Amino acid sequence: MLATYTPVVGGVLIGIAALALWFGNGRTAGVSGIVAGIVRPRQSDVSWRIAFVAGLVLAGCIGYALKQDSIAPSPRPLGLLAFAGLLVGVGTRLGGGCTSGHGVCGVARGSRRSRAATATFVATGMLTVTLLRLWGSSR
Amino acid sequence: MKHARSRLLVAFGAGLLFGAGLLLSGMTRPSKVLAFLDPLGAWDPSLALVMVGAVSTYAVGIRWGSSRRRQRSLEAPLMSMSPPARIDAPLLVGAAIFGVGWGIGGYCPGPSLVALASGQSGVLVFVGCMVLGSFAATLLDATPHRSAPRRDGEALQS
Repeated sequence: MLATYTPVVGGVLIGIAALALWFGNGRTAGVSGIVAGIVRPRQSDVSWRIAFVAGLVLAGCIGYALKQDSIAPSPRPLGLLAFAGLLVGVGTRLGGGCTSGHGVCGVARGSRRSRAATATFVATGMLTVTLLRLWGSSR
Repeated sequence: MKHARSRLLVAFGAGLLFGAGLLLSGMTRPSKVLAFLDPLGAWDPSLALVMVGAVSTYAVGIRWGSSRRRQRSLEAPLMSMSPPARIDAPLLVGAAIFGVGWGIGGYCPGPSLVALASGQSGVLVFVGCMVLGSFAATLLDATPHRSAPRRDGEALQS
């Protein structure tokens, strides 16, 4: 019962957080874009980005302290995780967003670009997981 | 700027709440994410509900808030500030590359930052490489990234 509802509750919290950032600061809660603005600052708007990321990490600290299995390690080996990180970094900059910016905020605004991007990354994500599973089971 | 401190507080609070949502929804457990991305295997579709919850909340809030704001002032409505969207090659290629990385690691950017708190080596490596990739992409190509995020409303000032 609880397991069914927590993803929805989590999603609603994510939506409220994104609304707070939009109506409070006029910013879209796109995590990859927020990170990119820290990595390569455009203007003098780095501090709110750092504050947002600090909030994310602090949430992680509190969650991990309360319930250790709320954050689990990835089942993939380190080499693959390094490759995955590079792809996520490059792909989100090229595509201008990730699961939050395109998948939540963009889709909710009815953006055609974001809908196309979300359909694409979910599709290639599913394809990748399927291929890796088949490859793993054939060895 | 006199509002600088309140802007920082809003951003920090939003990050905290956003992270709590990711934790509650199970997005910080890559094996769950990978199971969501495995419709032909041991599929766990529950993470679709995260999207449903987040998208409907944001959609309702943004419409309600924007219409209230319109009534209060003569300013142009926020929603119209994004120029017409064009679906182009960088968008689709970038999203495809991101999806492959998501399917390999089971992390997208938000959850990976939350998961940093665990100090687990895998997520440290992932985030390090993600930052590197992000930096490399913005270096390699200076123009689309100035405009692309803006099309999606990222750099808009309220």
